[in-house]
Amino acid sequence: MIRLLILLPIVAAVATLLTPSPKGRRHLLVGTAGLHLLLTAGAWLMPLPTFAADAWLGLDHAGRFFLGISSCLFFAVAITVGPYLEQNRTGRQREADTGSIFVNASPAVFCACLLGFLATMTLVAASRHLGVLWVAIEATTLVTAPLIYFHRQPRSLEATWKYLLVCSVGIALALIGNFLLVVASAADDITAGSLVVSDLVARRALMQGPWLKAAFVFLLVGYGTKMGLVPMHTWLPDAHSEAPSPVSALLSGALLNCAFLGILRAHSICVAAGLGDFSGGILIFFGVLSMLIAAAFIVGQTDFKRLLAYSSIEHMGLLALGAGLGGAATYGALLHALNHSLVKAALFLCASSFLAVYRTKLIPRIHGAIRVLPVSGWLWLFGFLAIAGSPPFGTFVGEFIILRTAFVGNHVWAGCLALLALTIAFIGLARAFISMALGPAPANLKPVREEPQQFWPPLALLSLALLLGLWIPARLHGVLAAAATLLKGGVP
Amino acid sequence: MTSGIDSLLILLILLNLILLGASRLHNAVRMVAAQGFVLGALPLLMQSGGAWKAALLLGIGSALLKGIVFPALLFRAMREIQVRREIEPLVGYASSLLIGVGVLVVCMVWGARLPFPWPVPSSLVVPVGLFTAWTGLFLIMARRKAITQVLGFIVLENSIFLLGLLLTDAMPLLVELGVLLDIFVAVFVMGIMVFHINREFDHINVDQLSALREDAS
Repeated sequence: MIRLLILLPIVAAVATLLTPSPKGRRHLLVGTAGLHLLLTAGAWLMPLPTFAADAWLGLDHAGRFFLGISSCLFFAVAITVGPYLEQNRTGRQREADTGSIFVNASPAVFCACLLGFLATMTLVAASRHLGVLWVAIEATTLVTAPLIYFHRQPRSLEATWKYLLVCSVGIALALIGNFLLVVASAADDITAGSLVVSDLVARRALMQGPWLKAAFVFLLVGYGTKMGLVPMHTWLPDAHSEAPSPVSALLSGALLNCAFLGILRAHSICVAAGLGDFSGGILIFFGVLSMLIAAAFIVGQTDFKRLLAYSSIEHMGLLALGAGLGGAATYGALLHALNHSLVKAALFLCASSFLAVYRTKLIPRIHGAIRVLPVSGWLWLFGFLAIAGSPPFGTFVGEFIILRTAFVGNHVWAGCLALLALTIAFIGLARAFISMALGPAPANLKPVREEPQQFWPPLALLSLALLLGLWIPARLHGVLAAAATLLKGGVP
Repeated sequence: MTSGIDSLLILLILLNLILLGASRLHNAVRMVAAQGFVLGALPLLMQSGGAWKAALLLGIGSALLKGIVFPALLFRAMREIQVRREIEPLVGYASSLLIGVGVLVVCMVWGARLPFPWPVPSSLVVPVGLFTAWTGLFLIMARRKAITQVLGFIVLENSIFLLGLLLTDAMPLLVELGVLLDIFVAVFVMGIMVFHINREFDHINVDQLSALREDAS
């Protein structure tokens, strides 16, 4: 089952490279994504298959949850890739904001890298061995680098170089963290060293505290770089703003979660060994710091894709805070990870439509989006409510659970600072989103007839986020609760 | 056996110091290639009995990749884009060397004191690993050429390889090979990027890559 889930996109990627027609490639991409989603849905509905205790690959509760997010998002994005590639043909093009002339990379390579991205994300979710997890997360970096450099122009090149170097160096540090973890686990018996997560959790009494602490710090810095925690976030706004919008949707909604899973696994090992206060404290610190810094950059941001990127950093901070608080907040963080992915992907897909019509990324130049783009414009407005965590949407539920745990526990200061950051971000987001959506339409733009393939995926994602705010299905609650328990958290 | 390991480790220190002072990129690439060969020999000397097949495979794989494939790739890149030396590094060569020697002393004193829970093949492994990691990070931060940054990344990975040799029992061969494959692809992709940077900007100084700053807008 799990091998099939990983191999399917790889085979499809090779097939895409060999397919000459754009239409054939599009069908292959959407078909593979759909099949992957069906298989993942099967894994959600059926009880988890059993695997050997020392197996390297296997879906546990946490992996299954994150696999569901990645697969669902990938399917939605895959539908929009066809129209996107039609709009962005291979000939010479002109960037409106900087005036530079550029060409696009080959669409076949683009589709193949997308499918490779799906395969590596599946591998991340299915890794029970931290060494395999490391290999998979580094592989996601490598396979996404060509995606970010799709528009062959200096700015995307700069973003790609920064992304490659910062993330590769960061992840190299995570590998040192893995080594330290082996040392921590094999203190009394050299042959007992292991990197299988369940082994490490089971050996909790024998883990050596100082080595485990050092291991956690390295793992947090390494995977935190990939997740976009401040101050290791420098690559994130650049990569998200310069990548094609469907790729930004996947980076923000799926890739950051993969790194978060790595941190959650490391944290669960620490909690099992009785060092939960240490690792949780560090997570709370970086979480709140990320939220505050990101909120400061959201206010006054003039580029709407960078705005969305900083909002991602803020939400990643919130997830780290939730994981650090533990207890019910772990459940909240997982729920929020799901909702944030749905909403952020929907917003980046709307941003794609905006960019195609307005031909600029600058917020002050965009007005009257609901007149020019009747569907995407309204989605943008509702998406604002969702991303800012307003009540009817699922994002509110997750944020509420996390903040409540902070105030009920002994973390009033963390809760207050997080609330402050959320308020500042709300104001900054409101200013930008409302001025873009409302107001008179620019004189040179007539209302556009939007393609169903481009507005249905964000509409569906946003509706799902709305639904999750009103009602959490019993099955989803079951998956969430099992994942939170596995990660040493609790259920509210 | 220990003396053999120690001499190789001291060779690694010397290679790091030469790298810190190397102004010609050709020399720097040769030093990194030499590091690759030294690291290829170490698993064979350090393995204790049982796992010599895995050690052999790992050593040959590492030497091939870091000693031959990477240098060939980088030499080819330098020929195509006609770059010979690092001009105006952010930190000068003499000061780089001085800082390097200082850090080396700190690594020697501090690294030897780490209470490693089992006997290590040589007391030099951990200090040299730390010093190599520092050298890699320093090259990435203190040099301007994209190629030197790629070299720094390879040196950083070398240090991780060296530290990982202490744990071959726990890190299965398959994972080690996966790590090697990832690094190979990483350097390959970075090499392609170097070409593109050269074509777009007519040089490969990464400090020109500064359009995407918050203050730019």
